Amino acid sequence: MDLTIQHFIALAPLLITSITIVVVMLGIAWRRNHSQSFLLTVAGLNLALLSIYPALKVAPLVVTPLLQIDTFALLYIGIILVSTLACVTLAHAYLGEGKAGYPGNREELYLLILLSAAGGMVLVAAQHLASLFIGLELLSVPVYGLVAYAFFNKRSLEGGIKYMVLSAAGSAFLLFGMALLYAESGSLGFGEIGKAIAATGLPSPIASLGLGMMLVGLGFKLSLVPFHLWTPDVYEGAPAPVAAFLATASKVAVFGVLVRLFQISPAATSGVLSDVMSVIAVASILIGNLLALTQNNLKRLLGYSSIAHFGYIMIAMVASKGMAVEAINVYLVTYVLTSLGAFGVITLMSSPYSGRDADAMFEYRGLFWRRPYLTAVLTVMMLSLAGIPLTTGFIGKFYIIATGVEAHLWWLTGSLVVGSAIGVFYYLRVMVTLYLQDSKIQRHDAPFNWAQRAGGVMLLGITLLAFFLGVYPQPLLTLVQHAGL
Amino acid sequence: MILPWLILIPFIGGLLCWQGERFGPTLPRWIALITMSLLTGLGLYLWSTGTYTYAPAPGVDPTWAVEFKAQWIQRFGISVHLALDGLSLLMILLTGLLGILSVLCSWKEIQRNVGFFHLNLMWILGGVVGVFLAIDLFMFFFFWEMMLVPMYFLIALWGHSSADGKKTRIYAATKFFIFTQASGLIMLVAILGLVLVHFNQTGVITFSYADLLKTKLSHSTEYILMLGFFIAFAVKLPIVPLHSWLPDAHAQAPTAGSVDLAGILLKTAAYGLLRFALPLFPNASAEFAPIAMILGLIGIFYGAFLAFAQTDIKRLIAFSSVSHMGFVLIGIYSGSQQALQGVVVQMLAHGLSAAALFILSGQLYERLHTRDMREMGGLWNKIAYLPAISLFFAAASLGLPGTGNFVGEFLILIGSFVSAPWITAIATSGLVFGSVYSLIMIHRAYFGPAKTEEILKGMDGRELIMVLGLAVLLVLLGIYPQPVLDTSSATMHGVQQWLGTAFTQLASAR
Repeated sequence: MDLTIQHFIALAPLLITSITIVVVMLGIAWRRNHSQSFLLTVAGLNLALLSIYPALKVAPLVVTPLLQIDTFALLYIGIILVSTLACVTLAHAYLGEGKAGYPGNREELYLLILLSAAGGMVLVAAQHLASLFIGLELLSVPVYGLVAYAFFNKRSLEGGIKYMVLSAAGSAFLLFGMALLYAESGSLGFGEIGKAIAATGLPSPIASLGLGMMLVGLGFKLSLVPFHLWTPDVYEGAPAPVAAFLATASKVAVFGVLVRLFQISPAATSGVLSDVMSVIAVASILIGNLLALTQNNLKRLLGYSSIAHFGYIMIAMVASKGMAVEAINVYLVTYVLTSLGAFGVITLMSSPYSGRDADAMFEYRGLFWRRPYLTAVLTVMMLSLAGIPLTTGFIGKFYIIATGVEAHLWWLTGSLVVGSAIGVFYYLRVMVTLYLQDSKIQRHDAPFNWAQRAGGVMLLGITLLAFFLGVYPQPLLTLVQHAGL
Repeated sequence: MILPWLILIPFIGGLLCWQGERFGPTLPRWIALITMSLLTGLGLYLWSTGTYTYAPAPGVDPTWAVEFKAQWIQRFGISVHLALDGLSLLMILLTGLLGILSVLCSWKEIQRNVGFFHLNLMWILGGVVGVFLAIDLFMFFFFWEMMLVPMYFLIALWGHSSADGKKTRIYAATKFFIFTQASGLIMLVAILGLVLVHFNQTGVITFSYADLLKTKLSHSTEYILMLGFFIAFAVKLPIVPLHSWLPDAHAQAPTAGSVDLAGILLKTAAYGLLRFALPLFPNASAEFAPIAMILGLIGIFYGAFLAFAQTDIKRLIAFSSVSHMGFVLIGIYSGSQQALQGVVVQMLAHGLSAAALFILSGQLYERLHTRDMREMGGLWNKIAYLPAISLFFAAASLGLPGTGNFVGEFLILIGSFVSAPWITAIATSGLVFGSVYSLIMIHRAYFGPAKTEEILKGMDGRELIMVLGLAVLLVLLGIYPQPVLDTSSATMHGVQQWLGTAFTQLASAR
């Protein structure tokens, strides 16, 4: 097919990101300079973000059989770009300047993050199993490097290798599933597969098996129970800004393609697969929340809590009709905001890099009396994760419950209620730790001028947004309503 | 525009208190005091100018004394919809008054982080006012959940851990939070269920009280949705199997926290039953009424027995609240106008008397540094005024004629007797146990052999004004409750009609 200027405009966010990757790479080759790489990356990401606006004018547009740029894809591209931008600013604070901070080469981190973001953008626009696989691998492979970026640290290295092995296993499942689907339907396009399955009424056993295996593969990336075992270790080992990236951009992209796959071929979710997804949802909610109860490491705790949160989103996935897509989109936006905030605080507490991250709970004891505004940020984020009114997390949870009630999914809604009751316990534990009396042990704190740096400004902005959208969510809802499939 | 200000004043005042701490620890106290006086003043102004013959009633669109409406979330038809009738006005007055008292009673008790303390205190009260004013179900839930957070902080940061160290204040605060949050989510599910049933019938998605009142529900749906609401209110009221957070929260909370918990937060549950659960689901409520009344009965006796067995004076008062709320529950589900009016008086009187008892035990604690009654004894002539005033409030709590509590309990019992003679008769004997635990509290704390011969500091002006003011109000309520009854009668008449019709239908169906 011929590519016209329209197609290039539609692809502009992806193209600009790719160009940025090349420019940053050449920049590093020319002169190693931390600030230069950072500025180039930020400029490129901002340009890509701006280019979503012209792309909206030409959407929806099919660009080759592989990619479909529609409002849904552009919303997810927007989320990915914003969270990448946030992670990059956090990484800049984390790696530090001059002598203080990360001792190795700092510049390649930006390269890897950009590569991964580009993969995520391919993934959310994919409407073909080939582009799904390309996008997924482009998203994951740089993350191996990112997780192990602090390679002098044993845990970081361990996390990187663990993620690589399990991710490769997930990809193998995914490929096997794709092959089975292809054998059954004779096509790799989402739409054609959907038609082929719908033609037979219920999915045939082979197609069910294929879809099930794909679900396993994607479930690994989303860390749904029972494919969650890597999550806490990788979250703990990864440098804090990378963990933020892993929790936000990477997961959102994978969920985006999952939504598209199951929405384009709705017949795929009928039958036994729907039950499997319900079981996965309930298991993720309960196990994620229960395991988070005993954690004393904030990064591990957030890892388990993210398992539970993706369990909540799976409820809307099982519902799949009515306002399910809207609910998923709203929840993902609120979840991304909240996770960025929470990991942002951990990053700033650990900045500049000094061997290990400040992720033990006792390091946060009495933080309110030392860094009141940073504590306010983390408090809002914890309340938002728990889904308490006045924060955006409540709006997300409200949507999910509404979807569950609308679809009469009583067991799933019930497990959400139980799950959030358990969740409240550990979110409150973190929150109250911040306000207890100061312990007098040697500790690592955020620099005093954290709020004047890029990372701090971004963090305060996210907090205000999380609060504002909790009180007046209408702008978000309007945005998301325009981004249906 | 006056209604949004009723909610905004405490929120803004709270922020001012927080920032006011920069200029010394006394400024937040004064700002908080002014904020609450403003709230009470506005409430009194509304009382003197408004006509409270308007109230929601079955069959017609609800009419209100004052109403405010603004768009909020168009996607779900959610609006900022506030309205005031006699019942909500009385509750707001109680909130304002107890707000003033909780500021006053923490004047000396709270010395750490004064600004942040008052921020939390003001935000609790703002959330409570929101609960009493909201008639959009989403908004009601929003405030219902929101007020938990500052309450949690109040208990977790300024509370006392129990003497043996087994139950920490964080344990109590977390327990409180989880109980109310989980039950709140069940209510949210029920609210959404109701909204979706309404949506399927009319094609309009709305959370408006007036619209949802018209929803036609099948028998089983109505019953299930009613239970969803009832569970949330049962936890907060509290009703016996779901009460276990209350004694812990009370015992560990600072005085101001206990005053707000017993005085106002428990009343939000009774208010919720009267405003939402009964009018929205009258038939299911009528069917459920015998069970609810038996639960109330269990609460009366269970609360009284456990109160008697306590050694911690604040836990004793907490359990006495469980007992008193049992009467309120029986009154609410009796479906008679008299009993419902009694419920209002009982809510106000219990708010005043429980607040006073908590304030007094707070003052005891400031002097003795213990709440354990085994460590007290023989204090009658050791502290000026305090024992005698305690005796007065203990007598009020057991329902002595001349106090508001008597009027409330009497009206509840006489009203309920018509429809449920047996339950009422048994409940009446609960009053005897009320006397037992009230008097044993006085006996253990103030009489008997003295543990120490030391004369303790007498009550100062601030402490005297607080409790004497409450005593005067309680006596006024006991001698001349007519203004209160007039104010609430329209609302209660509406509730009575809803429930009364349902009772008649139920009787004819059997």
